[in-house]
Amino acid sequence: MGEGARCRVPLRANMSNKIIVDVKRVAELARLEFTDEELSVFSAQFQAILEYISQIDELKLDDVEPMSSPLPGPQRLRPDNPETGKGCRGLTREAAVANAPESRNGFFVVPRVIE
Amino acid sequence: MGLSEAGIRELRELYKKREATPGQVVDELLRKIDKLNPRLHAFITVDHDAVYEQVRQAEQALGRPDAPVLCGIPIAIKDIFTTIGMRTTCASKILENFVPPYDATIVRKLKAAGAIILGKTNMDEFAMGSSTETSAFGPTRNPWKPDAVPGGSSGGSASAVAACMVPGALGTDTGGSIRQPAALCGIVGLKPTYGRVSRYGMIAFASSLDQGGTMTRSVYDSALLLEAIAGFDPLDSTSADMPVEPYSQLLARPRELRVGVPREYFVEGMDADVQASIQGAIETVKELGARIVDISLPHTRYAVAVYYILASSEASSNLARYDGVKYGSRSGPAQDLNNMYKDTRAKGFGREVRRRIMLGTFALSAGYYAAFYGKAQRARRLIQQDFDTAFGQCDVILAPTSPSPAFKLGAKLDDPLKMYLSDIFTIPLNLAGLPGVSIPCGFTKEGLPMGMQIIGRQFDEKTILSFADMYEQATTWHTRTPAI
Repeated sequence: MGEGARCRVPLRANMSNKIIVDVKRVAELARLEFTDEELSVFSAQFQAILEYISQIDELKLDDVEPMSSPLPGPQRLRPDNPETGKGCRGLTREAAVANAPESRNGFFVVPRVIE
Repeated sequence: MGLSEAGIRELRELYKKREATPGQVVDELLRKIDKLNPRLHAFITVDHDAVYEQVRQAEQALGRPDAPVLCGIPIAIKDIFTTIGMRTTCASKILENFVPPYDATIVRKLKAAGAIILGKTNMDEFAMGSSTETSAFGPTRNPWKPDAVPGGSSGGSASAVAACMVPGALGTDTGGSIRQPAALCGIVGLKPTYGRVSRYGMIAFASSLDQGGTMTRSVYDSALLLEAIAGFDPLDSTSADMPVEPYSQLLARPRELRVGVPREYFVEGMDADVQASIQGAIETVKELGARIVDISLPHTRYAVAVYYILASSEASSNLARYDGVKYGSRSGPAQDLNNMYKDTRAKGFGREVRRRIMLGTFALSAGYYAAFYGKAQRARRLIQQDFDTAFGQCDVILAPTSPSPAFKLGAKLDDPLKMYLSDIFTIPLNLAGLPGVSIPCGFTKEGLPMGMQIIGRQFDEKTILSFADMYEQATTWHTRTPAI
């Protein structure tokens, strides 16, 4: 689901400097679909939420370091070695595909992607 | 007191004195669930056979001298935690038939401590909501007033504990989802420090904010449950390597505690009953010897905006995994991958989940990333720094949990922004990674419970639990149960 994410969402600014979002385009990026009725309700709500969250523009943030985790320090990584027996790492192939909507011979089945 | 009203502490005593058996307790609780669940809809799944299998094991283990600490204690699990062999839905249609091949770490720990997993509780879909109305399986109701919401997203756990269908439950808290329903249902809800409890097997919503915790009818019971579920887990890269303390044995009355009261938490338009209950609580803790300190958390007003940008962004990324391939439901044309994705997700996700994925996708998209996600990450630090400064002047912070008591079903469902503002007092803790416990502190004129939260420094669960226990011992709010 990656290639669309690089596409830019068109930005249009109207007279009052409001952000007008192309909701259909965002839905495309998110691999979601809406009916026309949902879309009209949703667009209005989305606009109200965007205006509300835009209040962070009042803050002076240039000298503030971004924070991605509440805990200090770098995230811990483990050596990239295969392990078995802990958590789901002892998972058999059958168990791994047991919840798949469609599987065959231990593989996930998806619609054809290569012509 | 009937067996269903007994808390975890009382059940342990009864087992020890051989005045009750896990089988008798479970019989009573299942009878109660059969009677009340059709009305309250607190549970999504209760598997009687699986429960009685655990009862048999517990009854054998109880006789042994090395019986584990929660042996034979029934606990309900929010349906966001994976349970091996037991359906885990996250209250979403997309996971309607998902049977996990592994246990969440904290479920595994509860089982190792001897607890009986009684069932899986209802919640807002993917924990996105403050009322348990966004569940794909229908809303949960508040046992104090069945036309009111129980709060959310852990509303099923809160309703079940408050209605004495189970003595304790697990919840998760991303922006208040343990504390707010605890307040609205009149029980104790503890959100530990970020990293205190493993997130392994807890279905991800917003990974830098999500934290599992406890919901019980007393502070002692939450302390005891926290002991069982806390601790370092190599399977969660954000799990903190910090020693777990025997919280239930450390509930000593704190001496000369400085209690910060943030002026920004007493906002205009706040419910008058809530305001009065907090004022009353402040008077009570003064009489108990606490010194009240006026503190300021100046960036509080930005917390909801910062939260909805960050939480939605993380959610849009985390929920990309629901693509109709590896697990979950699939729909749409079998010959076109892209349309299969879209149809699967459009049919599998409810309205609120789609709304947040959209918001997050937008906030992370090229051209908007810096303006929304980047800024929110910086603003998050200001909110954490507010708390750092405040804790220079005080040891705990006392504040309302929710600006209003339980509201009617449907009251906020069509106005997402109004719903988001229900979490204005709980969200800042998640952004800062702090522990907080909500405890009952009063009732409205209509008889609805209200809660206050005690907020502590990171990893200082001991102090907030001791303080909450002291308040609980001095008051009787927690002894009331709904007449349902």
